Amino acid sequence: MTRIEVLKTYKIYIGGQFPRTESGRYYSPKNKNGQSLANVCLSSRKDFRDAVVAARGAFGGWSAKSAFNRSQILYRIAEMLEGRRAQFVDELIKQSSSAKDAENEINLSIDRLIYYAGWCDKFQQVFSSVNPVASSHFNFSVPEPTGIVAIIAPQNTSLLGLVSVIAPTIAGGNTCVVLASENKPLCSVTFSEVINSSDVPGGVINVLTGKSSELIKYFADHMDVNAVVYCEKDKESQQLIKEKAALNVKRVLLYNSINWEDEEKGQSPYFIIDTQEIKTTWHPIETVGSAKAGY
Amino acid sequence: MAKARKNNTVKLTFDTLQYAPAPESKSIAKIDAQYDLFINGKFEKPLSKKYFDTINPATEEKLSSVADANVADVDKAVQAARVAHDKIWSKMPAKERGKYIYRIARMIQERAREFSVIETLDGGKPIRESRDIDIPLAANHFFYYAGWADKLQYAFPNINPKPLGVAGQIIPWNFPLLMAAWKIAPALATGNTVVLKPAETTPLTALKLAEIIQESDLPPGVVNIITGAAATGAAIVNHADINKIAFTGSTEVGKIIQRAVAGTDKKLTLELGGKAANIIFEDAAIDQAVEGVINGIFFNQGHVCCAGSRLFVQESVYKIVMQKLKDRIATLIVGDPMDKNTDVGAINSKQQLETIHKYINIGKKEGADIFESNCILPKKGFFCKPTLFTNVAQSSRIAQEEIFGPVLAIQTFITEDEVIEKANNTPFGLSAGVWTDKGSKVFNLTSKLRAGVIWANTYNKFDPTSPFGGYKESGFGREGGLHGLSAYLNV
Repeated sequence: MTRIEVLKTYKIYIGGQFPRTESGRYYSPKNKNGQSLANVCLSSRKDFRDAVVAARGAFGGWSAKSAFNRSQILYRIAEMLEGRRAQFVDELIKQSSSAKDAENEINLSIDRLIYYAGWCDKFQQVFSSVNPVASSHFNFSVPEPTGIVAIIAPQNTSLLGLVSVIAPTIAGGNTCVVLASENKPLCSVTFSEVINSSDVPGGVINVLTGKSSELIKYFADHMDVNAVVYCEKDKESQQLIKEKAALNVKRVLLYNSINWEDEEKGQSPYFIIDTQEIKTTWHPIETVGSAKAGY
Repeated sequence: MAKARKNNTVKLTFDTLQYAPAPESKSIAKIDAQYDLFINGKFEKPLSKKYFDTINPATEEKLSSVADANVADVDKAVQAARVAHDKIWSKMPAKERGKYIYRIARMIQERAREFSVIETLDGGKPIRESRDIDIPLAANHFFYYAGWADKLQYAFPNINPKPLGVAGQIIPWNFPLLMAAWKIAPALATGNTVVLKPAETTPLTALKLAEIIQESDLPPGVVNIITGAAATGAAIVNHADINKIAFTGSTEVGKIIQRAVAGTDKKLTLELGGKAANIIFEDAAIDQAVEGVINGIFFNQGHVCCAGSRLFVQESVYKIVMQKLKDRIATLIVGDPMDKNTDVGAINSKQQLETIHKYINIGKKEGADIFESNCILPKKGFFCKPTLFTNVAQSSRIAQEEIFGPVLAIQTFITEDEVIEKANNTPFGLSAGVWTDKGSKVFNLTSKLRAGVIWANTYNKFDPTSPFGGYKESGFGREGGLHGLSAYLNV
């Protein structure tokens, strides 16, 4: 008798755990041949809110980690992804990619993580400044993470888009809640498993599957979310997000014409800076003596 | 625990020892009876045919009447800015652009005294502050950004920065000329053209700036200055041919603007309200800290978005801090803004005075203890006594909401963690202050306080090179410094 294959249950990822959606709902995305990919969680508003609570809980610890440590953890994600590349290639092909495209997508995704792993302890130096104020003060400005970032991931790719928006967000010390590609959700769940085994603390990255048409408004109006990232061209959704974001003055980032495959345009430290705040600190310099630094 | 400190404040009794009045002369201020709109390099009658009065809040006397721009006037100004951008300003060599901005800086410096007097007459702030802070900083801001015009490629690695186009800018009444400088200087340096609206209670220095701009031969339409109230501001925000909105004002209005531009591609920066924590640790230099607290909340009558309006005092030094604070408040000179001795001038408008009184009543009703300066307020004009509230609950509205007046809400704390938690527990995140003599404690606090500007052992300091702006509901984007450039570029 031939061995029966064990099928995978695709669940969501909240606070370092893999629950099913609390709503008990599911949907069955199909590939281009009309074959059902899996029964995937149709996440609810409550799942999103739980994920925000997890992200807020993780923010203090993640943002306080040394930049060097964050760099190593991002590098670790890339290592784990490399080790499981065959599984991702299979899933990408299952979701209608050609073998060549699947290979390309996993390569780019791993390399993108390496790229941002390197930026973790460097972007601060590029974007900080010591400000030569006219008064007797020492004054400097540094980037700090903005907080919780709610991300609607690029919809046309299963893995590369997801990685391209998560990596710069967490590289800068933010935590995030991500809604995966609606029609190609498989890699997002498998990627969550990679994250889970990569020393990323629970709650730093939370991944939901489901319908953006249903969840976008909650991503944008949650009062404990600091920024929203949206990657599609749909004007109505963009307007909805921007309007709801005004409730608590969220930062809104629209990445609607980014070619994520482009190594010039699809990655840069400016994606990190988009979810950073600039903090300026002043301190007086004593002026009691008359000595000059003359030698 | 620190040893109990002796109060060695020298109390001056002002009943017997008074400063003689030292009034600045009004004669240098040339204020016209009526001002039109500055559009396309000329002062033009408003299509609305309407004017409104601007008064001196210290005397309630009318200073001038200014045009009330309607939608058609705004459209005219935007068209002028568009033509100036497309045909002239964006094509001009960057170094020439810079030279125009330098010229404006110099002309403000030349006329600094006149500007100071008008700023104080129109807005009510002490002449000392107009003279020493507002006007010099405004000139310096132009001077600083002028130099950036031909160096932008060095500010943003691997990007070729381009201007956005026409910027619509709406500014508040607390630092009228300085806010105009914060908005106009970086916009021009980056190659944008401008439609600026000063606040309706303080339009005069912006209109005097328009005179300077005219005199500087800046190409017509590059800067347009139009006056009006909320409806004029709305017309700017909603104009279809504006590429960028920059707003400084209340969080409430900021949210309305964020919603209003949601359906457009307009780039937006917001500099909104605050409720800054000023934190005194037991190891601080207490006299300096008290002086910093006074400056933090009574500078410009507390009409400062980054005012240190919440004071947190470590319990071990609470008594001594309170005593010194009360003694110091008793010496504050409240009154005629034109007097060079005055510390606290006039509240900017009747409406703002009512808002402040509303909050003082809320504080009393919520059960906080009130302490007011025993100064005698002038009979005419809008004035408010420097006010402290103690026994303030974290949930109290006077500890949560921006009052924008000389009212300080005081709380206590025991541990560092506790005060960080309390200080950050607000929707705002504009600024904060820390007073301690321990360096490592300074940096623990400055890195954990969630705010855009942190003053350690100082407060309310500003500089053109220093980026300013908020976290959370205090807005987004920065003004000042290298970081202030990106608000006006496609980066």
